Amino acid sequence: MLSFLARRSLHSLIVLFVMSFIIYVLIGLMPGDPVDLMISADPDITSEDAIRLRAIYGLDQPLWSRYLHWLGAALTRDFGYSRLYAQPVWDAIIPALGNTLGLLISSLTLALVIALPAGIFAATRPYSLSDYGINLAAFAGLSIPPFWLGILLILLFAVTLGWLPAGGTADAGGATALWERLQYLILPIASLTIAGVGGHTRYMRASMIETLRQDYIRTARAKGLSESRVVLGHALRNAMIPVVTVIALDLGVLFSGALITETVFAYPGMGKLIFDAIMGNDYNLALVGLLLATALTLIGNLLADIAYASLDPRISYAELDR
Amino acid sequence: MSTAHSQITETPTQIVFNRFLRHRLAVISAAILGLLVLLALAAPLIEAALGIDADAVNLFGRYAPASAEHLLGTDELGRDVLLRLLYGGRVSLFVGLTATITVAIIGTTIGLLSGYIGGRVDALFMRITDGVISLPVLPLLIVLAAVDLGKVGLPESMIGSENVSLYRIIAIVALVGWTTVARLVRATTLGLKTRPFILAARAQGAGSIRIMLRHILPNLASTIIVATTLSVGNVILLESVLSFLGLGIQPPLPSWGNLLTGAQETIWASPGLAFYPGLLIFVTVIAFNFIGDGLQDALDPRAQDRRGG
Repeated sequence: MLSFLARRSLHSLIVLFVMSFIIYVLIGLMPGDPVDLMISADPDITSEDAIRLRAIYGLDQPLWSRYLHWLGAALTRDFGYSRLYAQPVWDAIIPALGNTLGLLISSLTLALVIALPAGIFAATRPYSLSDYGINLAAFAGLSIPPFWLGILLILLFAVTLGWLPAGGTADAGGATALWERLQYLILPIASLTIAGVGGHTRYMRASMIETLRQDYIRTARAKGLSESRVVLGHALRNAMIPVVTVIALDLGVLFSGALITETVFAYPGMGKLIFDAIMGNDYNLALVGLLLATALTLIGNLLADIAYASLDPRISYAELDR
Repeated sequence: MSTAHSQITETPTQIVFNRFLRHRLAVISAAILGLLVLLALAAPLIEAALGIDADAVNLFGRYAPASAEHLLGTDELGRDVLLRLLYGGRVSLFVGLTATITVAIIGTTIGLLSGYIGGRVDALFMRITDGVISLPVLPLLIVLAAVDLGKVGLPESMIGSENVSLYRIIAIVALVGWTTVARLVRATTLGLKTRPFILAARAQGAGSIRIMLRHILPNLASTIIVATTLSVGNVILLESVLSFLGLGIQPPLPSWGNLLTGAQETIWASPGLAFYPGLLIFVTVIAFNFIGDGLQDALDPRAQDRRGG
């Protein structure tokens, strides 16, 4: 178990390093460089000044040497300065990360609270009218463009009904009431929840249907257990194994959803931060933001592996440890 | 052939087709989708019939409500919404289908080689697949969409082309989208390659390439068709998200996604502008998903047995 964990973590770390290089290169391929930005801000800079500035900032160095320089600094937690936020990158990221994690955790919890019972309910009545209805709703949830869902929610609750604000957050002042801060969260959370429910419902339903076909379920029924004991007591634990794995694997998808939702609702989280950083040529911030997103996804994959092996006694860590 | 025998002499294609017809939602979806494609293709004809220019800006007629002249009203620059939607549909559907075909080709090639050759090739390809799957797709796509094509070394003539955003988005989506098809094709190939008919082909002296193309590929058809149909929806969603964020199809070329750019602002003046493009994306994506579901049932006899059908 420990060696499995160590190996998988090492594997993830290597992927993270490779990704840091790829992202570094990609960001270098974005239009302009920091000195171009300085020139556009100050027309007095001559071309000799520009060459000197590039030398000072090391922009005349080859790519790999710049990357190694950045990596060396990053390992000491020095990620540079954010252009947009005019503060160290790390200080700009921490509050955004907190906001996003809050959004992700609450919407994932809500989505599961809705999706798991719905999936089980549908699976126990396969091809009935209610199964049909749940399936249809799940398909709709999967197919709706997430940003349009956000726009529709704004249209209904902000424009037409005027109950909730269309986006942003309450002022940072500590005096704002809880309700005031909460009402800015309702639409983003609702949007992200609806976007996630469909997929989870379908996974839960498919897994439960597969499980209910097993021999030990027939045995449980044969010895006269009630249907709810069979489903919740015997089938559920086994049916949950693939579902838990998929939930962990989907952390990356969830993050992509958060990026869209945050942009639509102008919610100050990691997704909007990355988007703004890329659009605003804030190279340092974009780089670290993207790396954090990658790290989050990799952690999700790691969790999925651990969950898969620890929930199912039939799978040994040695087997997963290819 | 007599009618008494038609039951027995049904070709496999007919069987699949008849099974597909039993999936009512899929049939309805196919009809709606066919209509949408026809309307999009006929956009220039409709433009001529209505007698208005799709690109004509009329700043005195902004946000006009629906009227006999403008069936769905006008947008923030006074252009006809219906025509913009139809032309946007051409772009969105074209991107969706082209990118999906590219995805299917890349995925099938990698999956087939990986599954058939096995060993180191398999290990390498699957590592790459795992790597691509474990990436945060959307943030990465946003960086890729922001890359300066001049720095990559593409010729100026290509970058200046009006349709460059079209090809760029197809390339970007294909770059990350092939993994699902590759995995499914690999798994199916693994199951097929030890089957007796493959051994028989090899015993007759068929080479690896011939076996892959003539004996395995035809048996992968249903896997590829289902996976591809199901991914069209995702591709269209991705395109619309990127275009919505201003990173996909660039205006004035319309797409369903970029018609929604700035919808949070225009929504107050004209809710319809924020509604119609999204509805079309939604209908198209759900239609492709239902068709994929229907094809899965039709092509996989096992699934049909479970339904007792």
